[in-house]
Amino acid sequence: MPAHDVLIIGAGLAGQRAALAAAEEGASVAIMSKVHPVRSHSVAAAGGINAAISVDDDWRSHAYDTVKGSDFLGDQDAIEVMCSEAPKEVMELEHMGVTFHRNDKGEMDLRAFGGASMKRTAYVADITGQALLHVLYEQLLKHHETVARYEEWFTTSLLRDEHGNCCGAIARDVRSGKMEAFTAKNVILACGGAGQAYKPTTNGLIVTGDGISMAYRAGAPLMDMEMVQYHPTCLVETGILITEGARGEGAHLLNANGERFMEKSAPNKMELASRDVVSRAEQIEINEGRGVGPDKAGIYLDITVVPRKRTLEALREIVNLGKDFAGVDITREPIMIRPGQHYIMGGVKTDVDGRTPIDGLYAAGEVACVSVHGGNRLGANSLLDTLIFGRRSGEHAAKRAASMGMPEVDVNAQLLEDAARIDAIIKRPRDGRRVSEIKTELGETMNKYAAVFRDEAGLQGALETIHRLREEADKAWIDDRGTVFNQDVLGAIELGYMVDCAETTVVAAIERKESRGAQFRTDFPERNDGEWLKHIDVTLTQDGGAGGPQISYSPVTITQWQPEERKY
Amino acid sequence: MAEAHDRPPEQFTLRMRRYDPESGSAPYWDEHTVELEPHRSVLEGILQARDRFDGSIGIRCSCRQAICGSCGIRVNGEPALACHTHLDAALASANDGVIEIEPMGNMPVIKDLIVDMDAVHWKKIQRVTPWLLAKQPVPEREYLVSKESMVDVTQTMACIQCGACVSDCLAMEVDPGFIGPAALAKAYRFVGDPRDDQQFERLNDLAQDPQGIFDCTHCFKCVEACPKGVNPMGQIMRLRRIATQDHHIVDQNNGERHEAAFASLIKNNGILWEAELIPRSYGGNSWFGKFAPAAGKELMSSIPTAVRGLLRGKMTIPKILKPHRIPKPDLGAVQAIYDKIESRPERYELNLYIAGEDEPKEPAAVATGAAEESTSPEGSANR
Repeated sequence: MPAHDVLIIGAGLAGQRAALAAAEEGASVAIMSKVHPVRSHSVAAAGGINAAISVDDDWRSHAYDTVKGSDFLGDQDAIEVMCSEAPKEVMELEHMGVTFHRNDKGEMDLRAFGGASMKRTAYVADITGQALLHVLYEQLLKHHETVARYEEWFTTSLLRDEHGNCCGAIARDVRSGKMEAFTAKNVILACGGAGQAYKPTTNGLIVTGDGISMAYRAGAPLMDMEMVQYHPTCLVETGILITEGARGEGAHLLNANGERFMEKSAPNKMELASRDVVSRAEQIEINEGRGVGPDKAGIYLDITVVPRKRTLEALREIVNLGKDFAGVDITREPIMIRPGQHYIMGGVKTDVDGRTPIDGLYAAGEVACVSVHGGNRLGANSLLDTLIFGRRSGEHAAKRAASMGMPEVDVNAQLLEDAARIDAIIKRPRDGRRVSEIKTELGETMNKYAAVFRDEAGLQGALETIHRLREEADKAWIDDRGTVFNQDVLGAIELGYMVDCAETTVVAAIERKESRGAQFRTDFPERNDGEWLKHIDVTLTQDGGAGGPQISYSPVTITQWQPEERKY
Repeated sequence: MAEAHDRPPEQFTLRMRRYDPESGSAPYWDEHTVELEPHRSVLEGILQARDRFDGSIGIRCSCRQAICGSCGIRVNGEPALACHTHLDAALASANDGVIEIEPMGNMPVIKDLIVDMDAVHWKKIQRVTPWLLAKQPVPEREYLVSKESMVDVTQTMACIQCGACVSDCLAMEVDPGFIGPAALAKAYRFVGDPRDDQQFERLNDLAQDPQGIFDCTHCFKCVEACPKGVNPMGQIMRLRRIATQDHHIVDQNNGERHEAAFASLIKNNGILWEAELIPRSYGGNSWFGKFAPAAGKELMSSIPTAVRGLLRGKMTIPKILKPHRIPKPDLGAVQAIYDKIESRPERYELNLYIAGEDEPKEPAAVATGAAEESTSPEGSANR
């Protein structure tokens, strides 16, 4: 049975950064992912990474922009940590080999991004996430003697000992179907968000809320789950993302009358207001009949105003995306976009070292909620979040491991239970619905009722639907009876994870009776600091979950920036 | 140019090569008909078949936008990303109105469309020391390097490790030990990086390895296969040029001299004089050189090839004995190309990320690159 000081679940940016940090502290490290690490969805992050590295910049300015972007729901102590450590972190990645674009002096070039008061986003064309992810994977290959890699292993549950501490995980080798218990002194969850609970979404098919759900089932509180980011520029048909870097380079948003409608809601920042503001403005144009396209369901993103050479050099990926996925040459004509589900600000509640309230369990990256993004994440802050809190989690977990022995825990019962659960799914009779049908209904429900605009009636209806879908998911049948690469059975397990994420999102959205950040309640259209300047925590009742999600609150940490009216 | 994206759904039939390693049976063909708009991807077609008809169809996939590199397959015999291939385009290249889908080549199949990339691709990636060996001392801030150099290596950084080039590498088919297009493109990512301290060592290693940079047969398959415009063969050629022209590495495989012999033969004759190739590769462009002992050995070993050429009429005795040339005016034109390239003060290298034009009205990118680069957006030359 494998045993490690630190077991990391998820091998995107947060996981790989945590693995490197823990290995550097001398811990024995294992990193596990249901896909090969370079397939992780961090790869799709395009625009860049924020850090106050310019001599004219100051991390406090970055921190203030982030606080304001979060609509004052972000915890300011955590934001200070992230923004103050950002320059060093980005330099370290540069030293590892990330091919950041340069200015004429040979220094890292910076581009403008939404909600930022100055150019602060370092980038590699529009493949920044890919470049970071691949360079970190190079480092994992380099450190292969100290970091064990379990590639294509699917985690089914977290292990806890009799004291309630997290002490490992049960996983299935996707390739062979073998079940295995991994004991560990510490587990770091780094397995991303839950975008697939929405349809459409910019997120990959693998982004199914595994970590959020496993932590929730193990008793960890989730925080800010109602805060779901809709990215302003997604292709109308497929939901594929067009990077915010396009607007950073100067692209305009136009309605059917050819107006730059952002004048109305953000006269100063225009297209570079924060994402919640831009998405809402777009949705208003569409709802009021000023959308473009056959169903008037889109908005024009006009990139032709950016010099062509610059577009080809710095936005090459979206030039290709436009051509391949929308049939549009973005250097010659505007492209039709609309807001689309992109990111969840919420996740497993942690402190600035990635610790959850369960000893031995850490979380970092999109799976976690520190909370640095509060009600709305700024573009190019997510890569930063993954690296800073991935590293801090890895360091902290390694240090904690150094002071303790390997947990002795009887894993057999849970190992057998998980194996039996999978076996039962494989043998289910074909009298329910298909996994794919339930998943589609779940995604469409979320995208209709827990989207840019929400109200009580819609959310309550969505919750009822989710409850029915949960029952159906428990009986959903699959085709694949095999063990080798049985992706079908994994899909059924993922569906359960996504239902958890959807339920906690809707429950929290019903609870928050105000409009803040990404949560806009048409029945409560104002921000209400008096009652709601606080986080909503959702915990699963520990009676086997029969009582469902329980709501509690935690305070927002304010250090130097008092809430004020938010204007862009 | 942009195509219409407003056509209604149509039916497409997919013929998938399936393999269940637990069944004990051989691979088999499985057909499903799906209904989607013609510009939707082959991946969406496969996923519709999986969602509606058979959940056991195995394929790796995630992002659906050609960035995660999971869904490398073969469509109608050609390597491709499933998410990056439109159904109508796939139908157009189908033989019998059915889109044929198979797992990638050169790698063992695990199940259905899923291949063992660890056993081949990732092993080869590890062969090229795939991490930066940074110049010391490490600066406090970023390394100061030119804008062009970082844009340049970004072309190979853009490789998504999908394996499409590995799938159809002809040299690897013959010599499975060949380091191959993806790993050598990765090697360029470090060789071309001014922050790396080991340019000579890396190049010498890859040049001396019999399965290294000189094992590539210049067939362009990888260039066609790559969905990201990484141009792996082009990167291999750049590795060769830097190794031979900048570092004057003379490899034990005789690759450097062989290439020089090729180039000088074409310059002299405008067409390849096969019989002279091996002697000139060993002895250089001199009469005595032809009698180099190593050349004799190589000549002996290539006699079967020569005999086959004679039997099939590809070669004739006079062609072997006498240099053949293209007509004089044509030869003059060929030599003018040589003169133009050789008279340049610096070597031109191509990079897709450096685009040549700023305004749409300007003439197209500098001619040097235009012919060699087929992937858009426009490639152009940079120094």
